Amino acid sequence: MGIPSKNWRLRNQRYRLVGEICEKCRAPIFPPRDVCPECEAPAQTPYVFSGRGEVYSYSTVYHPPAGFEKYVPYTVALVRLEEGPMLTAQLTDVDPGEVHIGMPVEMVTRQMQTDGDEGVIAYGYKFRPRMR
Amino acid sequence: METRLLRTDRPVGIIGYGAYIPRYRLPATEVARIWTGGEGETPVTEKAVAGPDEDVVTISIEASRNALARAAHVDPTLIRAVWVGSESHPYAVKPTSTILAEAIGATPYVQAGDWEFACKAGTEALQAAIGFVGSGMARYALAVGADTAQARPSDALEYTAAAGGAAYIVGPAEEALAVVEGGLSYVTDTPDFWRRAYQHYPSHGGRFTGEPAYFKHITEAARALMEALGTTPADYDYAVFHQPNVKFPQTVARQLGFKSEQIQAGLLVDRIGNTYAGSSLVGLTAVLDGARPGQRILLVSFGSGAGSDAISLRTTEAIVERQNRAPATQDYIARRTVIDYGLYVRFRGKLLT
Repeated sequence: MGIPSKNWRLRNQRYRLVGEICEKCRAPIFPPRDVCPECEAPAQTPYVFSGRGEVYSYSTVYHPPAGFEKYVPYTVALVRLEEGPMLTAQLTDVDPGEVHIGMPVEMVTRQMQTDGDEGVIAYGYKFRPRMR
Repeated sequence: METRLLRTDRPVGIIGYGAYIPRYRLPATEVARIWTGGEGETPVTEKAVAGPDEDVVTISIEASRNALARAAHVDPTLIRAVWVGSESHPYAVKPTSTILAEAIGATPYVQAGDWEFACKAGTEALQAAIGFVGSGMARYALAVGADTAQARPSDALEYTAAAGGAAYIVGPAEEALAVVEGGLSYVTDTPDFWRRAYQHYPSHGGRFTGEPAYFKHITEAARALMEALGTTPADYDYAVFHQPNVKFPQTVARQLGFKSEQIQAGLLVDRIGNTYAGSSLVGLTAVLDGARPGQRILLVSFGSGAGSDAISLRTTEAIVERQNRAPATQDYIARRTVIDYGLYVRFRGKLLT
């Protein structure tokens, strides 16, 4: 039940990058954590991120953990969102050789992991080269 | 004749539209290389193939986000129906539409359901959305047609069975970029294409596929709609027909009296293949990308089993400033990475490991 319950709990952030915004210092927060990491004020107001960002750093995976075999080789990146927060995500629709630091990317919702042939399909955010 | 129309109580139209085509292309010459030694004509140049992390859910999400970007004034929580038509829903049991509704922020007060009618499933959802809004039950409804079509290796359909989709937000005519002038459906039990439960690949009825299926249903639906509306082919700036290959839509257009210029903008099959439930609907997004205000469009789908939905649209002034709010259909077609048959076999899960 690991994949279904965790992904279900996190579906707002995973499907559509819903984080939070601090009502006190206006810092956008991702992932949501209910306390502002900048000023420590309570922060529970939902905030939908634009999904635009830049590759801060990256690494390409050739020997994947279980459940990710069908995507190899794939690149995992630290993505700095336009609004400030940094997150880790898989890149998609890009060949590993094309990725570079500073590459403009945008969020798409894709299959993340499939629990065998009978389990659920987990969907979540990935990033790809920006189309426009 | 007017009694054949699907009538709404209030005028409705398309508020936003969006397309999605995956990045990968399988040239038809690759299929021919494997199965015919490269001999013979191919029905298209190439087809769009879903990447390993794509399916009807992810295609529907991106197409719907593009539709919402064009309908920027629509709060997703005001959408009362999210309907997805497809023959390749990722789950046999569990709706595609709930995942889509969640991903666009339309949950929880929303009707959600998956529609099935082979290649007609998308326009089926669109007709229903027109009815849902036209009856006053909803202000906005979202209809999607999308597929990651499967074809049996070496089957004739392997050249064309493709991936892609389109999404439409239907709402009141006063907010529309294209107003629905009228629509109707024409359906018979004609067994030209089917897939039995638990089967991986569809089967088709060879000789049924042309004359009694595709051509019969499309021409009857198109003629009945134009007769009821008092229009003729000359009244339309554009026509979009279901496109399983290049020849069929060209031929049916000619049979109905349309000129090749009228179908040009929406005829995409040569470069993306047959996106099944997305086929005519992606053709329509390409037309809307380039249409000017006051133009008339005829859309006629076809789905096996069999039937056609015909819808007549007229664009409004609002179309101009909404066209560029999301990537154009041709932007996706131009985003193109060619793969060989080996990678295709891997991406489509045809490889036993």
